[in-house]
Amino acid sequence: MDGKFLGFRRSDGRVGIRNVVVVAYLVECAHHVAREIQLPFRERDVHLIGFPGCYPNDYSQRMMHTLCTHPNVGAVLLLSLGCEGFNRFGLEQHIKKSERPVETIVIQENEGTPQSIAKGRRWVEEVIAQMPQQPDVSASLSQLVVGTICGGSDGTSGITANPAVGNAFDKLVQLGASCIFEETGELIGCENHMQGRAVDPDLGSQIQLSMAKAARYYKTLGYGSFAPGNADGGLSSVEEKSLGAYAKSGHGKIHGLLKPCDQPPQGGLYLLDVVSDGEVRFGFPNINDNAEIAELIACGSHVILFTTGRGSVVGSAISPVIKVCANPETFQQLRDDMDIDAGRIMYGQAELAEIGDEIVQKVLETAKGMHTKSESLLHQEFIMTYKSFTPIGPACLPIPQSP
Amino acid sequence: MLFTSDDKKLRSVLHLAPEDNVVVACRDLKPGEFFEIVGHSPVKLHQRILIGHKVALCTIKKSEKIVKFGMPIGSAAEDIAPGNHVHTHNMQSDYIPTHTLESPRTGPEVL
Repeated sequence: MDGKFLGFRRSDGRVGIRNVVVVAYLVECAHHVAREIQLPFRERDVHLIGFPGCYPNDYSQRMMHTLCTHPNVGAVLLLSLGCEGFNRFGLEQHIKKSERPVETIVIQENEGTPQSIAKGRRWVEEVIAQMPQQPDVSASLSQLVVGTICGGSDGTSGITANPAVGNAFDKLVQLGASCIFEETGELIGCENHMQGRAVDPDLGSQIQLSMAKAARYYKTLGYGSFAPGNADGGLSSVEEKSLGAYAKSGHGKIHGLLKPCDQPPQGGLYLLDVVSDGEVRFGFPNINDNAEIAELIACGSHVILFTTGRGSVVGSAISPVIKVCANPETFQQLRDDMDIDAGRIMYGQAELAEIGDEIVQKVLETAKGMHTKSESLLHQEFIMTYKSFTPIGPACLPIPQSP
Repeated sequence: MLFTSDDKKLRSVLHLAPEDNVVVACRDLKPGEFFEIVGHSPVKLHQRILIGHKVALCTIKKSEKIVKFGMPIGSAAEDIAPGNHVHTHNMQSDYIPTHTLESPRTGPEVL
């Protein structure tokens, strides 16, 4: 496999596999207007994202900065009510610097809802006409960032889909790609093993600290990262779920520890710490799967590998989501939503390595522009809540940035 | 490591690691079905076991670790006989208590 595809060139040197126009609301009060602008264009790669809160928050500001300048994004329309706490000026400047077309519509300064919607739709129509429709820069899998998440896990997830993604991750890292696994709260019990996989001892210690933080956080909140459906599917404890989830990371060395919005400096395997720093506040670290997907995308993920046993149907704004179904019974029920049938492993009809190859192939096809099931069904979920992080230290990325 | 025990050539259970004291159902298993793992006595199921759920391969004493993937995934809350369903009703996490909802699928009447 040559692993080559055509992508969209961005000013920072990165390559996109989609050319999405993002419509972003900067407070819930602007959500409706933003959605009305986006809706007629939703089949033309115009996606809606946003932040609902009115109070300023460094995390959400940084998330918006990185998401609006993600390589899959070609242009951005910002929707502000006018009085919210979000720094729309800083965000607009940041996007402008990236040489993307950007426009801010302030509803209070544009005669309200109808005029703002009309103006926004005109802008989107014009920007689509100006943007390149076809990718034209030669790229390879080594330039991709691939994230993984599991959702709706069951007793088959840790046996089929998760280790199959792990197999695909091992192969993608070999090809030079960056692969990110995450949700430290769903890796409780695997901390010592992960420490042993770190490329150096200081990184191993950092991973232990992140894991201790996750365990403390969830203990304070009173629930592990475990939903009733996990138990219906045969999982009995958070550590059982963790072991299954951990299989997504494959067998390679862990090259770094990221926090949301940090970019992998070069190819390799990275753990994303998604649990807020400091005292326990703002509630659960990620209130659902899409909150995690948004963070994987903010770390540059071009594509997301989503493993599911019970059967999640979600996709995402900005980056395509590939569904790897763990449970063969679920695949039969939800075949229109699933891209890969890893449950064949359960029946002895396929080996892990075969499914791993299928996943790598699907990543390449997706990079070439083929739509995933969730993309075709127009799943463009997005959610972001309040969080707080301190920056990572040098021990978290022991490999120096490549020139 | 993998063991097929079904006439229809569709394997019934997976023994994921040699040290595991549970196996995982590969499909919906019915009461009365047998499976056998090399080195262990044949096991008869007394209950229906849904795909992905765990079954005791040998006697597991109260407080003993439940071992799957070669790793402990919790402790037995009571003595568990071979062939019995191993789940939240007879085992517990060693980390954080498991939150469940009463549902017809987890209720004892269908197990």
